Amino acid sequence: MGTGKFASGELMAAALAASGAELVTVALRRADLTGGKDKFANILTFLDPQKYLLLPNTSGARTAEEACRLARLGREATGSAWLKLEIHPDPRYLLPDPIETMKAAETLVKDGFTVLPYINADPVLAKRLADVGCATVMPLGSPIGSARGIETRASIAIIIEQATVPVVVDAGLGAPSHAAAAMEMGADAVLVNTAIAVANDPVRMAEAFKTAVMAGRTAYEIGLAPQRREADPTSPLTGFLNQ
Amino acid sequence: MSFVDTFNALPINELRRYSQNATCEDVERALDSQSLESFAALISPSADLEQLATVAQATTLRHFGRVIRLYAPLYLSNECINICRYCGFSRDNPILRVTLTTDQVATEARYLRNEGFRHILLVAGEHPHFVSNGFLSECVAKLRPEWPSISLEVGPLEADEYRPIVTAGAEGLVIYQETYNRSVYATMHESGPKTNFDWRLETAERAYLAGFRRLGIGALLGLSDWRTEAIAVAAHIQYLLKHCWQAQLTVSVPRIRPAAGEFQPLTQVSDRELVQYVCAMRIAFPEIGIALSTRETSKLRDGLIPLGVTMISAGSHTEPGGYTGQGQTDLHLTKGGRRIESAGDHATVQFEIADNRSPAQVAAKLDAMGYEPVWKDWDMVLNG
Repeated sequence: MGTGKFASGELMAAALAASGAELVTVALRRADLTGGKDKFANILTFLDPQKYLLLPNTSGARTAEEACRLARLGREATGSAWLKLEIHPDPRYLLPDPIETMKAAETLVKDGFTVLPYINADPVLAKRLADVGCATVMPLGSPIGSARGIETRASIAIIIEQATVPVVVDAGLGAPSHAAAAMEMGADAVLVNTAIAVANDPVRMAEAFKTAVMAGRTAYEIGLAPQRREADPTSPLTGFLNQ
Repeated sequence: MSFVDTFNALPINELRRYSQNATCEDVERALDSQSLESFAALISPSADLEQLATVAQATTLRHFGRVIRLYAPLYLSNECINICRYCGFSRDNPILRVTLTTDQVATEARYLRNEGFRHILLVAGEHPHFVSNGFLSECVAKLRPEWPSISLEVGPLEADEYRPIVTAGAEGLVIYQETYNRSVYATMHESGPKTNFDWRLETAERAYLAGFRRLGIGALLGLSDWRTEAIAVAAHIQYLLKHCWQAQLTVSVPRIRPAAGEFQPLTQVSDRELVQYVCAMRIAFPEIGIALSTRETSKLRDGLIPLGVTMISAGSHTEPGGYTGQGQTDLHLTKGGRRIESAGDHATVQFEIADNRSPAQVAAKLDAMGYEPVWKDWDMVLNG
C-alpha cells in the first residue's frame, strides 16, 4: 500500500493494518532525511518496521541522478535498502520516464539496493529491468490516482507471461474489482493508495481491497473458466449419451 | 515564440462574451473538458456554484487527497524602485523600509522553522541595489541547510541571473502578472522596470529555463474584470503545461488588500465569485496547485480548502523583520524614493492580512476538518 493523501497518520496506520499489506511505500520527500527526528516530518513514525517491509520511494525525482541521490540519503535515514524507483518528470500525469528509470536501476542495483521500479506497461522495458537485477517490475494500470483500472491489460498480460521476477500492478486501481482483476491475471501483488486514502471510510475500503486481492489470487490459482461468446448450457444437448 | 505571442493572439474578448452568455448546458458540458472555452463557461454567471463545488471537491480529493501543504512568506526587503499604484511598497509611498542582512534573514527563518514550516517563500521588492541577484543567492544558500524547500517572489530576472539562485537551492518561483489587461497594467505601473508588460509575462518561461521546478502565477484581483483575468490566467496555464512540461504549476487568487497608499480596488470580486474562480481552476486543471494566502479571512479560507486549495500560508507577516523584529536599527523613511530620516520600530507591511491565526491554530483546524497539515513535502536533495 501507499501512504500518501491520508487525512492523518493515525488513519493511515489503521488502514494499513486493515489492508493486510506487507509492503508499504512512503515518499522520502515527506520524511526527515537529516537523521534528526523532525516532528513536523514524522510520517515514518506511523509505520511499524516490525509489521511492514518499508519501501521508500523516489517520488519527486525527474532524473536518474536525482533518484539515486534521494535513494542513498533515504537508505541512510530509514535503514531500508528496498526502494520503489519512481521517476516521473511530468507532474501532470506522473507517467514514469523509461530512460531515466533504466539508468537509475542499473546504478542502484550495483549499489546494493533492492530495486522495485515503477514503469509504464512496457514488456521489453520490464525484461530489461529484470535483466539488470531489479527485484520486481511495477507496471501501471493507468495513471496514478486516476481510478481508471487496468487500461494496459494486454501489455500487463505479456509482462506477467514473460516475467522471471514478481509483477506488482501499480497505479490507477480505483476499485477492489480492479485489484481482483489484476490478481486474476496472475499479478503477484498490487499497490493501492488513492482509492483507499480518499475513500469516505479508508479502513473499510482497505478491508474491501484485501478481500478482493485474496479472491483474485485464489481464482488465479484455481484457474478461471475460459470466456466464451455463446451460452454454455449446464445440461449439454448430448447428455443423453451418458445415461 | 513565447506566451506573449499566444497571449496577443488570444480572442479574449470573445471568450469573455462567451462566458457572460454561456447557458447551463454549456457549463454542464464544460465539466469534463479542458478547453479555454470550457473554462470560460465554468466562470459564467449562469453556473450552478454548488454543482461546481461538488465536482471541484471530488477532483481535488482524487489528485491531492486529504492533505494541505503549509508555507510561510519571509520578506527580505520592502525597498522598491517601481511605482505601482496598488502596492504598499510603491516607491512613492512614504513608508518605513529596510533590507535585512543574511544573518537577519536566517533569524527570521529560524523562527518560522520553529513554528513548523519547512517550505519558505522569500519575498522582496524590486531594487537592483538592495535586492541584487547576489543577495538573493546568498539568502538561499544561507537557508539551504535547514530548509527542504525554498521559493522566491521577487522582481523578474534574466534566465542567466536566475541560474545561480537555482544552484544555491531555490526550487520555486512565484511571479504574478498583476493584471493581464495591457491598458490597466500601463495605468497601474507608472514607472520602473515593472512597466514592461511583456518582460514580466515571459518570466515564468525564463525561470523554467533556468531550472526552477515550481512556477506560480496569478492575477491580482481588483484591477480589472475578474472573468477576463481568469481566462488569461487559464490561457497562461495551458501554455505553461505544454511548454514547461516538467514544472509543477501553482496558481494564486490574491485579492487586493488595504495597504499604504490607500489604493481602492477598481473592480470588485465577491466571495462567491472567488469561490467560483477556485472551483473553475480546479475543474479545468485538476493537477495544478492552488495557493491561498492570509489575504483572505479564516472563514473563507476554511471554506475553500476542500474545494481545490492545495497550499496555504499561516501566521504571515508582510514586512521585513515582521516575525522577530530583525532590521530595526536600519529602518528608514523614504519619500519620493529618497531616504529622509530614520524612525519607527518596524517596517511597513505590503498589505494587511485578514487571517491572524497562528500556524498551530491553522494546523489544528485542518486536522479538525479531516485534512493532514503537511509541513514537509520536498527535499533539498532533489534540487541537486
